[in-house]
Amino acid sequence: MSTTIVTARRAFDDSFTIERALATGAYEGLKKALSMTPEAVCAEVDAASLLGRGGAGFPAGRKWSMLRKNPTTYLVINGDESEPATFKDHYLIERDPHQLVEGVIIAAYALQVTQAFIFIRGEFALGLERVTQAINEAYAHGALGRNIFGSGFSLDLVVHPGAGAYICGEETALLESLEGKRGFPRIKPPFFPAAIGLYGEPTVVNNVETVSNLPWIVSNGGAAFAALGEGRSTGTRLFALSGDVERPGVFEVEMVKSTFRDLIERPELGGGVRGGKAVKAIIPGGVSAPWFFPEDLDTPLGQDEVAAKNSMLGSGSIVVMDETRCMVRAAWRITKFFSRESCGQCTPCREGSGWLERVLYRLEHGGGRMEDVDLLLDLCDNIAPGLTWPPQQTTICVLGPSIPSSIHSAISRFREEFIAHVHDGGCRHGR
Amino acid sequence: MSHFSPALRAKAEATVALYPKKRSALIPLCHLAQGQDGYLTEAAMVEIGELCEVTAAEVRGTATFYDMLHTDPVGKYVVGICTNIACMLAGGDDLLEHAEQRLGCAVGGTTTDGLFTLEETECLADCDIAPCVQVNHRFVRTTTPEALDALLDELAAGGRVDEIPSHGTLIRVERTVGLQVPKDVIAEERAAAGAAQAARMEGSK
Repeated sequence: MSTTIVTARRAFDDSFTIERALATGAYEGLKKALSMTPEAVCAEVDAASLLGRGGAGFPAGRKWSMLRKNPTTYLVINGDESEPATFKDHYLIERDPHQLVEGVIIAAYALQVTQAFIFIRGEFALGLERVTQAINEAYAHGALGRNIFGSGFSLDLVVHPGAGAYICGEETALLESLEGKRGFPRIKPPFFPAAIGLYGEPTVVNNVETVSNLPWIVSNGGAAFAALGEGRSTGTRLFALSGDVERPGVFEVEMVKSTFRDLIERPELGGGVRGGKAVKAIIPGGVSAPWFFPEDLDTPLGQDEVAAKNSMLGSGSIVVMDETRCMVRAAWRITKFFSRESCGQCTPCREGSGWLERVLYRLEHGGGRMEDVDLLLDLCDNIAPGLTWPPQQTTICVLGPSIPSSIHSAISRFREEFIAHVHDGGCRHGR
Repeated sequence: MSHFSPALRAKAEATVALYPKKRSALIPLCHLAQGQDGYLTEAAMVEIGELCEVTAAEVRGTATFYDMLHTDPVGKYVVGICTNIACMLAGGDDLLEHAEQRLGCAVGGTTTDGLFTLEETECLADCDIAPCVQVNHRFVRTTTPEALDALLDELAAGGRVDEIPSHGTLIRVERTVGLQVPKDVIAEERAAAGAAQAARMEGSK
């Protein structure tokens, strides 16, 4: 039996209720944390080597240490989960809101913050209701408010609904949105809200899955967490598997010990490619990531292991595309997404995403020209010069430089498919 | 005179009080206003501006950035169908086309009876049950044309009201507690924490 940390209550249909949560150890990690000094809690998280689970994979302990030098003012939890094909935070928010709330309180105690926010994307109506309910219950239980469990530590926690904008997952855009403004990412530097965050005050922003790990880490010790996984990728991670697999879903897997092939093929995980077909391409870590191909399937599910192959584990979402799939259509749809979600501040992203989408549209739907294939690469190069990985940045945030990933991957590997679309006057497969 | 009902006004004021700065309540208040009116009316934006101490133009300017906030009327049920990558692989485009034919309106349009608005959405983060469909931001998990038709029939006949409230009503669970750690106490505690930290730093030298 493999270790489960954040999905330990998976077997229970009522995992979101306080009764079930308390019966299965909820708030015990918090009680232990409150018996320790904040510095000792930080030390456990450092020892765990917990990497942020939002997408960038920044060590949570190091992010916190930037704040420990000057008192943190706010803690904000990023539950705006919008990277296409990422649905693990959705699971944690709906199925285990008390684990999330407990994790937030532990983080707030470690950072000595007295007000925290959980930003949840507006489309999670049920999740917003369940977290609101959990917060109400946590106050009644003495886990929030004044003098938590008699420790002298006090915290207010507010759930904040988003209103539909992918860009608000970018942490500075999220803070703008939380301030009641349009979700425009802020100019860097400063690179971290630790310097200038919410209302210009020092702020830590952590992902939902990151803080959901904290109750277990405090209860079992950072060393026990670090004993799972390998190298820099410690503990377990939630992987959201979708596309052409028999059993799409969210799976908690020990990091590095399994490969992409294991995740896709093992009967208790993905159960294989749907219909017994072969893999043509997979997206290894959200649509911002360069694609993997059949020869990459034995790459371990670890942050550095994927980075070594010039892609990223990112948000932990894996999309499988089988041998029958049209790569032009896949690249077009992903680019259409970026075009719709570009906030519009920076010219390379705002204009580039629209032009790329229109060129890909005409290739897919008829009207493509032979020079379009190189035109696409040229446009991509204008957004992320050199088409390197990680990409060069010409824009305020990483949305723009993420756009070329799918296009560059598809053309590099399947150029003849693009050319066939020109010859055929569109896609011969239809949809 | 308040455009919000007395109950909504009280809820809006309680929401503003949860934030260190009033403007932070702008988006939550837009959701509350949509819960009353189905969309953001001119009068609601004026009142939200007053509550958040910004102009009505700033409310509109902010609201129009976000897909879920509507400054024009929408149907009682906003049906969102995802066609992003995972849903595309599961036939999201076909399901969307079916919905257009079934409802007799194009994407972005509203049926003539004002009941349904159809939207093509980006990823809604429910990709294992694809194509993903939401009605008023509730996951309905109708992945086939037949299941979608049955749901639309049920909604048109006035069914499933408990599960799917009219458009705009987002969070039906009310927060039962206001802030328990008042701002002046925060300042005091912060000063004390700062002093304690300074003493520790001094001690560790």
